[in-house]
Amino acid sequence: MGAHVNTTINGDAVEFVCAPDESLLDVLRNRIGLTGAKEGCGTGDCGACSVILDGRLVCSCLVLGAEMNGKKLETIEGMADGAKLHPLQQHFIDGAALQCGICTPGFLMAAQALLRKNPDPTEEEIRYGLAGNLCRCTGYDKIVRAVQAAAKEMRG
Amino acid sequence: MRYETPSTAKEAVSLMAKEKGIAYILAGGTDLLVKMKAGMIEPDLVVDIKRVKGMNEIKKGAGGYSIGAAVPCVAILENAAFVKAWPGVADAANLIGSRQVQGRSTMTGNMCNASPAADSVPALVAAGAKVSIAGPKGNRKLAVEDVAAGVGRNNLKKGEIITSIDLPKKAAKSGDAYLRFTPRTEMDIAVVSVGVNLTLDGKGVITKARVALGAVSTTVLLVKEAAKAIIGTKLDDAAKANLAALCSAACKPIDDKRGTIEFRTDVAGVLARRAAETAYARAGGK
Repeated sequence: MGAHVNTTINGDAVEFVCAPDESLLDVLRNRIGLTGAKEGCGTGDCGACSVILDGRLVCSCLVLGAEMNGKKLETIEGMADGAKLHPLQQHFIDGAALQCGICTPGFLMAAQALLRKNPDPTEEEIRYGLAGNLCRCTGYDKIVRAVQAAAKEMRG
Repeated sequence: MRYETPSTAKEAVSLMAKEKGIAYILAGGTDLLVKMKAGMIEPDLVVDIKRVKGMNEIKKGAGGYSIGAAVPCVAILENAAFVKAWPGVADAANLIGSRQVQGRSTMTGNMCNASPAADSVPALVAAGAKVSIAGPKGNRKLAVEDVAAGVGRNNLKKGEIITSIDLPKKAAKSGDAYLRFTPRTEMDIAVVSVGVNLTLDGKGVITKARVALGAVSTTVLLVKEAAKAIIGTKLDDAAKANLAALCSAACKPIDDKRGTIEFRTDVAGVLARRAAETAYARAGGK
């Protein structure tokens, strides 16, 4: 028996049917065509599937699609304003804070959640705030610098 | 698999009690969905309690705080008054997984999953917390230290669900602390952990104490003899040495890649001393 779900994704009303044991990540990627969130581990360790659910950062691999009725979801696809990239996205590019790019959508969502709560984080707070996101390319330093630069720009 | 979203605890209990197959409660899902994905469990029924009225709330009543079973760790950390009252319990919530995991994981789930290394359990045991249980034969309360039955097993009966964690009223001049040892600072599992909760009199003498150890036995241990050793003292060096020795003596740890028996036993004493110092200072002792 499938679950019939009405939800809001990046401000748009979305309706879907999924299997009751299907993860939100699989729903996003395979049913809705939002392939920004990535499956790294599928067990909540790597953060590549990070999304913001009702204002809270979560791993979409650890949420069931069936849970989404009446929820508000933000994914990486909603981050840019049309063709204009979000400051975090722009600074990740400018600062070369990505190489293969698999972890990047998750880092951006986690960084966005962090900056909403704390617009002026210390380096330590950034590193703790992003501890749930793994990157095997960059060594993290450029990611931290990019978040610092974006935070500075966003504070104006 | 069926997925149900009851709106009352009674309905949730009824679903769990009637199911003939394998039934699980879903709150944060940070353990359940991982086990399902790994094929360790194949539930016939999953009962999501996040839409049960009251289960998403942290309430402060005359008795003390009550944390609904579906409250994610992040909501505990966002509640400034709670964090001020129970900094040790909050520290434990802040050490469970990543921000992402804290956005979903619940202390009740942490308890029911019954890992000996569960971060929230020693802090809650030290705090003297109880759980409220709803079941097909009525409601009951259970001390947090009695929830786990062994590694990965709990004492809930068929159809029973925990509805909230109830902390006692915060005593005047009391303070709690939770510390764990992990090789990394974040995203790791406790090798040893300690929760301490102390109440002092006007002169700074400890009148009540609770000490709990995690990851050194099959379940979290309430170490009454270690607590007794510091009651009546001002946590002087001799009292701290006794506390450390009795905590080490209570350990029955396993030997594994994360820590040897000798290491865990020794570190339990060290962490107990440090946690007691923090709890003492938080209680206003000098």
